[in-house]
Amino acid sequence: MTDAFRGEVRAWLAGHVPAEPLPSLDTAEGFERHRAWERELAAARLAVVSWPARYGGRDASLAEWLAFEEEYYAAAAPARVGQNGLFMLGPTLLAFGTAEQCDRILPRMSAADDIWAQAWSEPDAGSDLAAIRSRGVRAEGGWLLSGTKTWCSRAAFADRAFGLFRTDPGAERHRGLSYLLFGLRAPGVTVRPIRQLGGSTVRTGFAEIFLDEVFVPDADVVGAPGDGWRIAMSTASHERGLTLRSPGRFLAAAARLVELWRRDGPAGLRDRVADAWIGARAYQLHTQATAARLAAGGTLGPEASLGKVFWSELDVALHETALDLLGPWAEVHDGPDARWLDDYLFALAGPIYAGTNEIQRTLIAERLLGLPR
Amino acid sequence: MSTEFAAVLHDMLAGAGVPGAARRWADGELAPGLAVWRQLAGLGVTALAVPEKWDGLGASPLDLVAACEELGHHAVPGPVAESLAAVPALLAALADGDSRGGWPGDAGSSGEWLAGLAAGDLIGTLAMPPRLPFAADADAAGLVLRADGGVVCLARPGTRHRSVDPARSLSEAHADRVLARGAADAAARALDWGALACSAQLLGAGRALLEASVRHAGARRQFGQPVGAFQAVKHRLADVTIGLEFARPLLDAAALALAADGPTAARDVSAAKVACADAAYLAARAALQVHGAIGYTAEHDLSLWLLKVRALVPAWGSQAEHRARVLRELGTGAGLA
Repeated sequence: MTDAFRGEVRAWLAGHVPAEPLPSLDTAEGFERHRAWERELAAARLAVVSWPARYGGRDASLAEWLAFEEEYYAAAAPARVGQNGLFMLGPTLLAFGTAEQCDRILPRMSAADDIWAQAWSEPDAGSDLAAIRSRGVRAEGGWLLSGTKTWCSRAAFADRAFGLFRTDPGAERHRGLSYLLFGLRAPGVTVRPIRQLGGSTVRTGFAEIFLDEVFVPDADVVGAPGDGWRIAMSTASHERGLTLRSPGRFLAAAARLVELWRRDGPAGLRDRVADAWIGARAYQLHTQATAARLAAGGTLGPEASLGKVFWSELDVALHETALDLLGPWAEVHDGPDARWLDDYLFALAGPIYAGTNEIQRTLIAERLLGLPR
Repeated sequence: MSTEFAAVLHDMLAGAGVPGAARRWADGELAPGLAVWRQLAGLGVTALAVPEKWDGLGASPLDLVAACEELGHHAVPGPVAESLAAVPALLAALADGDSRGGWPGDAGSSGEWLAGLAAGDLIGTLAMPPRLPFAADADAAGLVLRADGGVVCLARPGTRHRSVDPARSLSEAHADRVLARGAADAAARALDWGALACSAQLLGAGRALLEASVRHAGARRQFGQPVGAFQAVKHRLADVTIGLEFARPLLDAAALALAADGPTAARDVSAAKVACADAAYLAARAALQVHGAIGYTAEHDLSLWLLKVRALVPAWGSQAEHRARVLRELGTGAGLA
């Protein structure tokens, strides 16, 4: 079953992946080119294979999803511009959304008619996400949102966003927060793109969002008002664990690294090359085991933090090794191996987003090992 | 199955006084340790890797790995990887070859030895220079082998060296009677089974070191709080957890590949050895640091695990050799599984 599906995916990708890499999705042109690519995927019903068919998916098993991801990265297919929606909001709606919300939002998401940005962090709420101050004030038929969100991935060019807002002014920390959806071009919304660190082009992959009494109807509250923290933490598990970084990405990068080393790599870097491949293989096997456990009815809890630290540090180490192999070419942004540099810069963000690795290590120590708080 | 088996084994070993037996083993008094081995035989542990036709269990390699992990978890003394994995693998190849008239040599007793290993009447060890220059714990073994190139010999133990692990000795193994020639493939296979079992021991020892660290960090108070409440300690032990967690799937995959004689077996065994040894060593360093000075004493039982890990990390092929082999095997096209 998985093999037949894998074969179909491989054949489709071989016939459709652009020969020339698309411009960075963190540019206006690149963003729309990636949207067009998402539409091609959707037309082939390959955008969200693990989703229900009525939302554009194929009801594929987790094992099939993993096979899809391996093939996707092995084919060097474009980055997923819809990732925030597809891998974070989508699973959250499937778990906590109403039928009306799923019917209205998910088909447009999988078809890339709406591309979603995340709006978690605030200037004073980064790792300490429960310090959120952006608020939602009750209004006729909905809520009026005000405040500032920042480091919002994809927000510079995306259509809509999801985030947490304090809807009970008397509640503190993780209580009184609601999970809300809003349009990035709605009245009262101002988006200020932020230039990212380095890169071969000017990239504005994330942005600040200023909200001034932005109206959100009750229909765009996910779950019950005030229950946002619990719902967002479930999204966080998706983000940290299975969905944000599929093993296929690291397997493909590790295979390219081994080839690079074989080309003319010094013996002194051999161990690091081997470790990168071993790490990618370990992550693949570990993810397969997790998928099997979930398929058997298990849940993904604090152990998601183990994977987040592992893949993000593997990603950095793998790309650092590639740059060390490239020697003087490692700094050249328009040379033949510039992709390693771009991917390295991308990897550097991994230990920071989706909960810094320091937060994850504390979670591992307290929730998995039971060390005192 | 392998999880339940490991739980049974864990309960047995927890009540078997293994730390005391290991200390007496270090003093040359093998009887308490050998009593533990007899209990292991009673549970079928010594028969796992022996094929059924030689009165063994011919068990799933996942069960063998689970058992060796539990033996490492309890720091059981004796030639674990040798007697439970490498020697049975080598003898089974010789016995099979002998029944086909395949080996020039005198492998005729292999089947008998296999039955002895399975029953727990016989403990085996072996040297395989250059990777395994000495036979471990030869004084506890009734059967000492030496495989050099493709020549497998019955051996007699020579000069005895002390290991960094006091509960482990290393003996030179002098070739005696030739059992088989041209058995290089069988010997290489046996080396992989030993490396696999050793990886499992390391993973189990690493788990024990983490558990001891968590216990100590929760109990020991400084500056008015448990030392485990300090973030530096938490983060260090989190890293140990991550290392062990991501070594395990490599170990299981290697066991399955080796049992299936798959094209990726060599690559997978080496990847498992690298990851398990690194994870166990990280656990050992963290455990010593978290325990502080008490961990640096011979009196504290932590030393049993710390030094066993230090002994096993370079055994059955160094980390550098295994990393090199991973890359070499990737070059043969066995890379992308």
